[in-house]
Amino acid sequence: MHDSTPHSIDENDLHALVDGQLPPHQAQAVRERLGPADAARVAHWAAQRETLRGLHAAMAEKPLPEPLRMAAGRLQALHDRQTRLWHLGGMAASVLLAFGLGWTLHGQWHARLPATPASVSSVQHFAQQAAVAHAVYQPEQRHPVEVGAAQQEHLVQWLSKRLGRPLTLPVLTQQGFELVGGRLLPGESGARAQFMYQNQAGQRITLYLGALNGAGAAGETAFRLHANGPVPAFYWMDQGFGYALSGPLERDALLTLATAVHQQL
Amino acid sequence: MDLHRIVDHVPALRRYARVLTGNAWAADDLVQDTLERACRKWLLWRSGSNLRAWLFTLMHHLYLNQRRSALPLQAVDIETLHDGLQAPPDGKDDTLDLERCLQRLPAEQRAVLLLVTLEDMAYADAARVLQIPVGTVMSRLSRARTRLRELMEPGQAPAQPPALRRLK
Repeated sequence: MHDSTPHSIDENDLHALVDGQLPPHQAQAVRERLGPADAARVAHWAAQRETLRGLHAAMAEKPLPEPLRMAAGRLQALHDRQTRLWHLGGMAASVLLAFGLGWTLHGQWHARLPATPASVSSVQHFAQQAAVAHAVYQPEQRHPVEVGAAQQEHLVQWLSKRLGRPLTLPVLTQQGFELVGGRLLPGESGARAQFMYQNQAGQRITLYLGALNGAGAAGETAFRLHANGPVPAFYWMDQGFGYALSGPLERDALLTLATAVHQQL
Repeated sequence: MDLHRIVDHVPALRRYARVLTGNAWAADDLVQDTLERACRKWLLWRSGSNLRAWLFTLMHHLYLNQRRSALPLQAVDIETLHDGLQAPPDGKDDTLDLERCLQRLPAEQRAVLLLVTLEDMAYADAARVLQIPVGTVMSRLSRARTRLRELMEPGQAPAQPPALRRLK
C-alpha cells in the first residue's frame, strides 16, 4: 500500500499523505513528486478532512446521557472483572465465573476499581512502569528510540554502562520481531533500559529492564502477567534485575516471546 | 484518556454514530445498543486487545443490521434539520449541507470515510472494524472522497476516475 520504491506514487499514497498515515520521510518523498493536478486533489481532500473532523466536535465535551453512562458503567464492571480473571489465570476460571457473574455484579455497577491497589510490591510497580513506558514510546513515529538498531553495538555498550551490568540484546527474528533500538529511562531504583522491537504488521513490543532493590530482589521469579496497565506485560526477576516484556498481544503470543527473551539473557 | 475506561470511549462512539446515521436520537440508540451488546458479548473480548476497535466493530454490525431491517427509502429527517438549526450560526449552512451530502453517500463508503477522518483510524484498523480487506478500504475511501466532492460542488469537481492511477 505504501509504495516505498522511489520512482512511483499511486493514489493510495495520496490518501495516506492526507490522512497522516505515511512515515515522515515517505510523506516528504510523495510531496516532492506531486504534479499540479495531484497537489490540488490532495489540498482538496485535506480541506474536506478538516471539515469532516469539525462535525459535532463539541460532542466530546458534552456530558453523557444517563442511560449511556449507566451502560458504560456496567461494561466497565465486566471489563475490570475480566482483566482480573485474566490476571489470575486464564479462560477456565473466567468461564466458571461467568455463571456467577449475573447476580454478583448486581449492586457493584458503581464501584470503580482504584487504578492500582494500595500496596503493590516493588516488582509489580516495576511492571506497571514498564507498561507505561511502552505506552509512551510505542506510538512514537519519529523518535521511538534514542539509539537505532543500526548502532546496535553502541546501544548495548551504552546501556550496559548505564545499568552497571553487561546486557545481552535478545534476538526475536524467529518470532517475527526485529530490533528498532533502545533508550535509557529513569526508574525508582536507578537507570532502566527499554528495547523496542517491531514485526511486519507494525506491532511493537518493548523489553524493559533494570536493577531492583528491596526484599527478595536477589532471587528469581517465574513469569507473571501484569494485565492492568495500558498493555499487558509479562515480568520476572533474575539476580537483582527486573525484566518486563510489554506489547498489545494475546497472552500466549506474549508468553512465547517472553520465554524466548528469558532464554537468551 | 485512559484507554481501559469504557466511559472515555463513549463520546467518540456517539459522535461517529451521530455523523454516520445523521440523526441524534438514532445515534444514541445505536451507542446504547452497542454497549448492551458488548455486555452480553464480553467474554468474547480478549484482554489486551484493542477495546476501541472492538466497540466500533460491534457498533458497525448493529448499524448494518438496523439498515437491513429499516425501510429502503428514508425520508428527510426532521431531527437532522432541527439539530442543524440549533447549531451555532457560524458556518451552520455548510455543516448542514455537508451532513446532508454525507447521507447521500452509500453507507459503506460513509463508514470508511468517517473512521479514517473523524476517528483518525489507521487503514488497517478500519479494515478490521469493518471486516473488509485493506484494499477495499482504500477503494471505498477513494470513491467516498470523490463522490462527496461532487455532491458538495456540483459541476466543479473534475471528473476523476476513481480507479488507481500510476504516476511517474
